[in-house]
Amino acid sequence: MKEKANTLYPQRKINGTVGFLLNELKPKGKIFTVFNMISLPIMLVGIVLIYIRFSQGLGAVTNLTQQVPWGLWIGFDVVTGVAFAGGAYVLAFLVYILNLKKFKPILRVTILNGFLAYLFYSGALLLDLGRPTSVINVIIGNNFGVSSVMFLVGWHFLLYMLALLLEFSPAIAEWLNAKKAHRILSAATLGAVIFGITLSVLHQSGIGALFLMAEDKIHPLWHNSYMPLMFVVSSIFGGIALVIIEGSISRKVFSSQYDESHDHKSILHGLARICAGGMFLYLVMTVLVFIHEQNAVYLSTTWGAWYLVEILGFVFVPMLLFCQSCIKPNQIVIKIAAVMTLLGILLNRMNVSIIAFRWDAAEAYVPSWQEFIVTLTIIFIEIWVFRWIVRRMPVIRKSPDWAKDKH
Amino acid sequence: MDINRRNFMKSLGFAGVALTVGKSHGAEKKPEGETEFYGMLYDSTLCMGCQNCEFTCAETHGLEEPEDEPEAGVVRKTNQNRRTVINCYETSQGEAYIKQQCMHCNIPACDTACLTQAMHKTKKAPVIWREDKCMGCRYCMISCPFDSPKFEYGSTNPKIVKCTMCADRLREGKKPACAENCPMGAITFGKRRDLIKEARKRIHDDPEYYHNHIYGEHEAGGTGWLYIAGVPMNELGFDTNIRKKSYPALTKGFIGAIAPVDILLPGALLGIYAATKSPKEEEE
Repeated sequence: MKEKANTLYPQRKINGTVGFLLNELKPKGKIFTVFNMISLPIMLVGIVLIYIRFSQGLGAVTNLTQQVPWGLWIGFDVVTGVAFAGGAYVLAFLVYILNLKKFKPILRVTILNGFLAYLFYSGALLLDLGRPTSVINVIIGNNFGVSSVMFLVGWHFLLYMLALLLEFSPAIAEWLNAKKAHRILSAATLGAVIFGITLSVLHQSGIGALFLMAEDKIHPLWHNSYMPLMFVVSSIFGGIALVIIEGSISRKVFSSQYDESHDHKSILHGLARICAGGMFLYLVMTVLVFIHEQNAVYLSTTWGAWYLVEILGFVFVPMLLFCQSCIKPNQIVIKIAAVMTLLGILLNRMNVSIIAFRWDAAEAYVPSWQEFIVTLTIIFIEIWVFRWIVRRMPVIRKSPDWAKDKH
Repeated sequence: MDINRRNFMKSLGFAGVALTVGKSHGAEKKPEGETEFYGMLYDSTLCMGCQNCEFTCAETHGLEEPEDEPEAGVVRKTNQNRRTVINCYETSQGEAYIKQQCMHCNIPACDTACLTQAMHKTKKAPVIWREDKCMGCRYCMISCPFDSPKFEYGSTNPKIVKCTMCADRLREGKKPACAENCPMGAITFGKRRDLIKEARKRIHDDPEYYHNHIYGEHEAGGTGWLYIAGVPMNELGFDTNIRKKSYPALTKGFIGAIAPVDILLPGALLGIYAATKSPKEEEE
């Protein structure tokens, strides 16, 4: 999948902007790569399935039941996906608010990742809505359900997407060589970052708060009144773990875009430290909640064992690995720990929203193969768009000289 | 107006009288502005499981007629074609019937959960679903402790289906269809307050026969449907460990924290930003 050395900046054609854009639409990398050969057929099947979903209803492609109305599309695409996209607000906080310049080289790619993730998750959300055209009701006020947690999540989600777009927009301006727009958009970055972080904290916690009323439905090991707080804290290290993995893949795929000054090691070690700290905090909170809710009685059950797998296997162990790499830096250990952390976040979100939801139901919900294919389709489309943008705009590579002294 | 001492004392006296009179009346009459919900009382001991309520409900709302019958050991469920069911349970006092449908909570979880207020608790009592607002997110189904809202998974324009306490008929001054057509008088429609009194009276008059509990008086913060039976309700397929406070109370703290965070956090972030700015940048 290695990309041949590209010309660093798109050559300006004489026939103006339209010609430039048309030229940019052409594929820039190899077409027959392993990734393309796997993803393309899945995406085609997925698009057919999405068509069936809209022509025959949700029941035609999903295994959702009256008791378990939210399945893989919400549990994975939205609930898990939003946690994975948490890296964008954490890195914006580190670089712009704490002024840690070290992380700046990976900021743009993380922001882009976050923005695309949100864009496609909201796409997944529309697939799951029974009456998707009515989504406009939330915006036009038919009616504003201000006491609803979902209303809060929806609005903060939407505004955060705009904030992310604004944070990323200087890269688009650099691509289009729009100097004046670049100056204006760069000036708006700090505002977008500050509101972006605020919006993130609230919608990350809001996703946990969505399940507060499902008190009788979620197994007590996973339901507690601190869920909003737990969801924010876990989104910090979950998001950073994804940044670590995405960074190491991007380094291979887009190797020509990285230059000598990119201090990958130092960034990686810094991220590992943040993960270790965040996970320690999360574990302390988990233990406190466990004691406070008097959950020890459930430990001897199968659910208790499953809970321990999640907490010990996929939070405690990766935390130890991250800690170890703080003392004796080792990139392989950090990457293994990051993968385990992501699996831990996945387990946690799936447990809350699907696996331990209606754990006592007579007929358990198991996602259909169609739900899996559609989920993969959304992820693949996102990766295709991500690749398209990275190969064209200054995301990983440095900004053009005229834009350097700005943000 | 010129207020002298005498007039002032006089008006004070009138006010005092008015206050005491008002108070004594208040005990009988409901205070102005406070809504009084209607409700339904279901007496399991009177129900014979004839399914008349199911048939009349299907007819009133244009749904399919039920083809199966209540049978001990089989739990029939409401679904997108069936807004109410009668189930039969083998209890410690022999076979008993129980009706199920939306409970029409006083402070419903679905109403609070709904981000477009499509689920709506009306002033009279019924919790209704409004087609022009719903976007089909099914958060009401996640939140409802009784799993009342059902979704049409097979439709491209799905509806949320559940008992509406015949809100349309109430508006015309009629009783809900099931209450009107129950041959055994097991379903009573009336003011919720009166129904609780009636239920207490029945339990009081025949303490041997009734289990001393009105399900729905406090469950989930109080529900529109009230149940009395000869056995504890957990023998009839109901969750008796359910919260006694309303479900929306669970999210109240979080909702309340949103505005302060939205207002205070940006300021704090701006403060940290200013503090960490390097001197070199400030010069620029």
